[in-house]
Amino acid sequence: MIPARKPLTGATKLTIQGLRVAFRTESGEVLVLDNLDLEVREGEFVCILGPSGCGKSTFLNVVAGFLPPTAGSVRIDGEEVRGPDPRRIFVFQERGVFPWLTVEGNIGFGLGKSSKAERARRVAHYVELVGLRGFEQAYPHELSGGMKQRVEVARALAVDPDMLYLDEPFGALDSITRLEMRRELLRIWQAERKTILFVTHDIEESVQLADRIVVMTARPARIRRIVEVDLPHPRDLSSRRYLELRDGIFEEIGLAHRV
Amino acid sequence: MSLRRWGRILWPVAAGAVLVLVWEFAVRWTHTDVFPSPAAVARGFAELVRKGILLQYSWDSLRRVAAGYGAALLVGIPMGIFLGWRPGAARAVNPVIQLLRPISPLAWIPVAIVLLGVTDAAAIFLIFLASLFPILVAAMNGVRSVPAMYRDAGRNFGLTGSALLSRVVFPAALPEILAGLRIALGIAWIVVVAAEMIAVNSGLGYLVIDSRNAGKRYDLVVAAMISIGVIGLLLNFLVQRVSRLRAVRWGFREES
Repeated sequence: MIPARKPLTGATKLTIQGLRVAFRTESGEVLVLDNLDLEVREGEFVCILGPSGCGKSTFLNVVAGFLPPTAGSVRIDGEEVRGPDPRRIFVFQERGVFPWLTVEGNIGFGLGKSSKAERARRVAHYVELVGLRGFEQAYPHELSGGMKQRVEVARALAVDPDMLYLDEPFGALDSITRLEMRRELLRIWQAERKTILFVTHDIEESVQLADRIVVMTARPARIRRIVEVDLPHPRDLSSRRYLELRDGIFEEIGLAHRV
Repeated sequence: MSLRRWGRILWPVAAGAVLVLVWEFAVRWTHTDVFPSPAAVARGFAELVRKGILLQYSWDSLRRVAAGYGAALLVGIPMGIFLGWRPGAARAVNPVIQLLRPISPLAWIPVAIVLLGVTDAAAIFLIFLASLFPILVAAMNGVRSVPAMYRDAGRNFGLTGSALLSRVVFPAALPEILAGLRIALGIAWIVVVAAEMIAVNSGLGYLVIDSRNAGKRYDLVVAAMISIGVIGLLLNFLVQRVSRLRAVRWGFREES
């Protein structure tokens, strides 16, 4: 078991200041992200939670360097983000695996600069870590959605990044596989100590995973509230505190917790 | 072998046999003395084989296709990839491509003969033109429609420029490029016959027109036609095998 909250002595990893993103469309400028400020510490697991279409994916794309901000700054280790970087890997939904490569080829994709032996060693290690032993030579179209997602996570981890960006990574999976994948992600996170930014629209998911939940408003996205999740892992989904936190967020977003 | 697998062979053979029978009886009942019976065509085949003409002419046709199609491949794939990769260049060149594309390769025959004479080169040039556009357009569209997610993933792992192109964009576009290659080969094989009827003095197309002109040998005309069909079928079969390779099969799932 790890402590409820990792010691706050971790250095600041990510600093976002006055971030604003607007898209130009035919009908004028559409403001997607409005004046966001956020700090993330090293090794922290932060969920970005918001309704579909609120701009949280855009947010992650800007942090990852795929999109330039309209105003404001994104700094990592004090350095301005100017583009994508192998030290920080973006994990798409399982559709991001390369269909023309085997499981092995995908996981070793970012290891071009390593020696052959080192590459083989790392690939084998991460194949093992995500539980894909025996599928090394399989192609993605021969795998299930959950297995493809594992391949993508392993491909990201293989280059030993210090941050992972996950954009609703389990959104397309069935609910049982999704639960399994969450448990695995937590296990991997505890083993590898990456800083994780995890975008989701699933309140339960965010309470199960995160150290802190950044609750966003509808578009243009602003930070509505940041919720500290002071629960140890593994989390008991029927504990009073868990339900309290979950229901608090439901209320915050303005949903009665009844169907 | 199971009953079902027998059926898969049996029915096509039966359909072929029915066709030959209909042909045979059609010739008998109409008392035609122009159109040959299946037996006459078989004798024509034997004659062509015995004289070594069939092999020689098939080889000539294949050689021309290989040259013209090969050249189209060497020009079309890199050019298509470049245009797909650089949308600005594509916008500039696309109108010209779209204008040239619907012109039948046969309309180029006079131009080819004026420029290159009644030579092998003229026929090869026509095949080149006919195969170039499908290959070029397939490569361009293939590269253009590579999902942004793949490019982003590639860039995220530090790839740029030619490394991104060769390790992500090209393999992602390969199924569509192969589909274009397959279409182009079919067209090339159709065009070689037409080109040989006019621009040269050998090949299966020449055999068709020469057999008719030199004594109305329709048995040889039909034998040549069947040879053209069989070789075309084999070529298509070969390209189809390529699209079964594991690294590209993902892009052909609806076909398999």
